[in-house]
Amino acid sequence: MTLDKALIAVLIMALVTYIPRSLPIAIFRREIKSLYIKSFLKYVPYAVLGALTFPDIFSSTGNLISAICGTLVALWLAYREKSLVIVASCAIITVYITGLII
Amino acid sequence: MKNKTDFIHGLKQGMPIAMGYVPVSFTFGLMAVAGGLPAWLAFVISLTNLTSAGQFAGTNLIIAGAGYLEIALTTFVINIRYMLMSLSLTQRLEKGMTLAKRLMVAFGVTDEIFTVASMEKGKLSFPFMMGLIIGPVIGWSGGTLLGAVISTALPESLSGAMGIALYAMFIAIILPQAKKSRAVIIIVLIAVAITCMLKYFPLFKSISSGFRVIIATVTGAGIGAFLFPIRDE
Repeated sequence: MTLDKALIAVLIMALVTYIPRSLPIAIFRREIKSLYIKSFLKYVPYAVLGALTFPDIFSSTGNLISAICGTLVALWLAYREKSLVIVASCAIITVYITGLII
Repeated sequence: MKNKTDFIHGLKQGMPIAMGYVPVSFTFGLMAVAGGLPAWLAFVISLTNLTSAGQFAGTNLIIAGAGYLEIALTTFVINIRYMLMSLSLTQRLEKGMTLAKRLMVAFGVTDEIFTVASMEKGKLSFPFMMGLIIGPVIGWSGGTLLGAVISTALPESLSGAMGIALYAMFIAIILPQAKKSRAVIIIVLIAVAITCMLKYFPLFKSISSGFRVIIATVTGAGIGAFLFPIRDE
């Protein structure tokens, strides 16, 4: 792909990423009254993050064993409510070290 | 005064996201340059897209020389989930926010920014949202540039290890909340079970990763809302 074409593709990507973000916020202003829909929307973030993380985390490093070790460390530190940065960097370090050993 | 304190509070809340974005976007920068794209283009992608899975997939397609339509569709499908988040945010934004401000807030709807905003108590003001968004934007685009520029100097074992950063961050967001709520644990487990089923069951092989996330989210949050309706604020 030429650079011109790549740049156009990038702009298209930016556009189709922005549309789903902006449409509901721009158009929808009413307060939702339904208890069911309100609860549904509150539970969305947890369901999204769960679906994004598992099982893809196990193929994120190119090696299943190092990915499992990284995941366990992340789970343990997150359970102890460590910050995002600590959890992410310790998972990286764990994967790196496990990768060196195996 | 309230505007200023809101903005600063947003900045503080956004800092962990910004820091967490660095290793992930760093990996993206590495990948883009390794695939033959110039460093500045990788930077532009992160600055204009501000998304993880969507831009990783889109950039892979650019590198592979795919057509515009395929790139547009793939990126769009992966990012449709933002509609749910954006819709959820409409219920939390301060009343009377102008359209222009709403459109600026919309640009910053990412999985992490949305989740952190959702955990805030009360209505979300425009200064708070801007403060929350600005750090992650800098972390995401800056990390990309860094990765793109020093890509050649880094051993492969280390760049491979960075692939886990994004997911570790997701875990760090969910788990503290799941500890407090049985409903959250069950919803996460349902969403994960459905994703696994769609991914590994041969019948569903043709479903793209973007649709997998949407189906799992709608089912998980849908069952959760039915079993555990949240009575009040």
